[in-house]
Amino acid sequence: MKTAATKTKVLTANRLTDGIAVWLGANGEWTTSLKEAFLARHDDAVAAIESAGQQALDDNRVVDVNVIEVEETEAGPRPFRLRERIRSDGPTIDYAPAFTAGVSHAA
Amino acid sequence: MYRYDEFDHAFVAARVNQFRDQVERRLSGEISEDAFKPLRLMNGVYLQLHAYMLRVAVPYGTLNSRQMRKLAHIARTYDRGYGHFTTRQNIQYNWPKLSDMPEILEELAEVEMHAIQTSGNCIRNVTADHFAGAAADEVADPRPYAEILRQWSSVHPEFSFLPRKFKIAVTAAERDRAAIQTHDIGLQLKKNDKGELGFAVWIGGGQGRTPILAKKVRDFLPEADLLSYVTAIMRVYNLHGRRDNKYKARIKILVHETGVEKLTTEIEAEWAHLKDGELKLPEADIAAINAYFEPPKLGDRAEGWGELAAWKRSDPGFADWVGRNVAPHQHPDYGMVTISLKPIGGIPGDATAEQMDAVARLAEDYSHDEIRVTHEQNLVLPHVALADLEPLYRALLVEGLATANAGLITDIIACPGLDYCALANARSIPVAQEISNRFGDPARQAEIGDLKIKISGCINACGHHHVGHIGILGVEKKGAELYQISLGGSADENASIGQITGRGFGPDQITDAIETIVDTYLTERISSEETFIACYRRIGAEPFKAALYASEAEAA
Ligand code: SF4
Repeated sequence: MKTAATKTKVLTANRLTDGIAVWLGANGEWTTSLKEAFLARHDDAVAAIESAGQQALDDNRVVDVNVIEVEETEAGPRPFRLRERIRSDGPTIDYAPAFTAGVSHAA
Repeated sequence: MYRYDEFDHAFVAARVNQFRDQVERRLSGEISEDAFKPLRLMNGVYLQLHAYMLRVAVPYGTLNSRQMRKLAHIARTYDRGYGHFTTRQNIQYNWPKLSDMPEILEELAEVEMHAIQTSGNCIRNVTADHFAGAAADEVADPRPYAEILRQWSSVHPEFSFLPRKFKIAVTAAERDRAAIQTHDIGLQLKKNDKGELGFAVWIGGGQGRTPILAKKVRDFLPEADLLSYVTAIMRVYNLHGRRDNKYKARIKILVHETGVEKLTTEIEAEWAHLKDGELKLPEADIAAINAYFEPPKLGDRAEGWGELAAWKRSDPGFADWVGRNVAPHQHPDYGMVTISLKPIGGIPGDATAEQMDAVARLAEDYSHDEIRVTHEQNLVLPHVALADLEPLYRALLVEGLATANAGLITDIIACPGLDYCALANARSIPVAQEISNRFGDPARQAEIGDLKIKISGCINACGHHHVGHIGILGVEKKGAELYQISLGGSADENASIGQITGRGFGPDQITDAIETIVDTYLTERISSEETFIACYRRIGAEPFKAALYASEAEAA
């Protein structure tokens, strides 16, 4: 079977110090916003983010590094798996009234 | 309650310092994640979807106000202002930073708490009946024995690397509120004909991928033999429990594969070497631990009877709450109050820092400084005078903690599920919330009566779905969430494992499916006296399946 064009991929992990979910940005820095993630659209780019992930792991900046598949939408990259969408958008419930009241979701 | 002695203090302090050093070395890059992971897990630190999670042990679910205030303080200072009480009577924080963990553990140690053995293949936090020490129907307080087991099992060198995790639960009443038959070891404290205390011993219960109820291996084990007998069980398990397959490593599989008779023979043979040795509990030691659990001096408060009747007449909301959330105490002038952490449409088991502080204050004012955490994810004030129920209720109302639903359809157990948990396949909390909203009307809940819904976001079954009257299991199918329903489970003295009804339901269908089940029950029951589980046991699964899958049957 012929494979279709590579699906767009991004690199994700959790930050070592606080465990917060992060994505590898185009500038090589880890960002807490999936929108700013670097989109790997072909095999070479995927290989590049994989090796960047290994490097970050070795440098002890992040843990639990994974390459995930996303769909490119007008609103930005959208992971295929619900699990990854929840990692990016946060719990789907109104979980911490005191905290969420004091923090802008747009941040 | 139990107070740390010098040894406990020194041990916990040393452990905090050790972990502080490990965290520092991890943050500086000196140790890798592979090396660090088992170390953090030994201290209750997990990595979830969004952040680290810290699981703090609440031994046998007992807390005092000072400890509850500390839990509130930690939620406020190091987390996002709330915590989650779990089905193992523990509390979990969902957003602490790794770099703050040593500080948090040091703060916990100040109030004699820690997170040791809340993870890993060791003997976990020993759980107990949440009404222990207060219930009218118990033969004695089971917590001293839970404490003896806690001390014995803490960093026990022989049992720190078992084939798999190991959970022990203790109760002391015929009515089992501690779900002992779903534990690796379940202990029921009882009296023999001579009035001596001892235990019925059950082994091999467990949920997860292979739900199995425990088998009774001893009808009466004298209390002095508790540690020697449990040690014999642990030794046989440690030796023969499977280490080749994580899914077959729990003692339930060993019991199942070996057969309970053969295994009992092996346990008894092992015990023969141990029973007259150093593990025999001296009476003085049992008495010393018991002294820590002396019940508070409860003065007579007979005026409460008359007042209570008058308050109930004047306020139906209060009357409903007393009817559902107050249970009989050993002292007739007192009651045990369940503080529901299941507000209608809320997140089961979550409490804000403000609510925790309020519970601490109310426990001081009205419950002799005692609080309990239940495996059903509620809190309990165990010693409240009937005469104080009305002011307590008013204070709970202000805090959003007076939901009158203990044991009703909206008193749902739900694990964190895919909103937090790295192992989850589907969300649990939104399902619980939607069911709660659907059935939230007090009159409707009252009409339905006792009904336990339990929801897990994956087969690990932290939400106890196998033993829910209605169990809901979230699975992932073709990338989407799907919910399997099981019926007829129960975690009490008449424990049973629920049976799956058939194909699962999508997130937008599951609440309707639950309503179909409830409506079927209401139609089929003989009278409102017949509870859901009694009705199910009488009529079986068929009428429910027929109603659930009616449209398919027609189409076929
Ligand atoms: S049952 Fe599964 S999803 Fe739920 S908390 Fe346990 S491991 Fe996580």
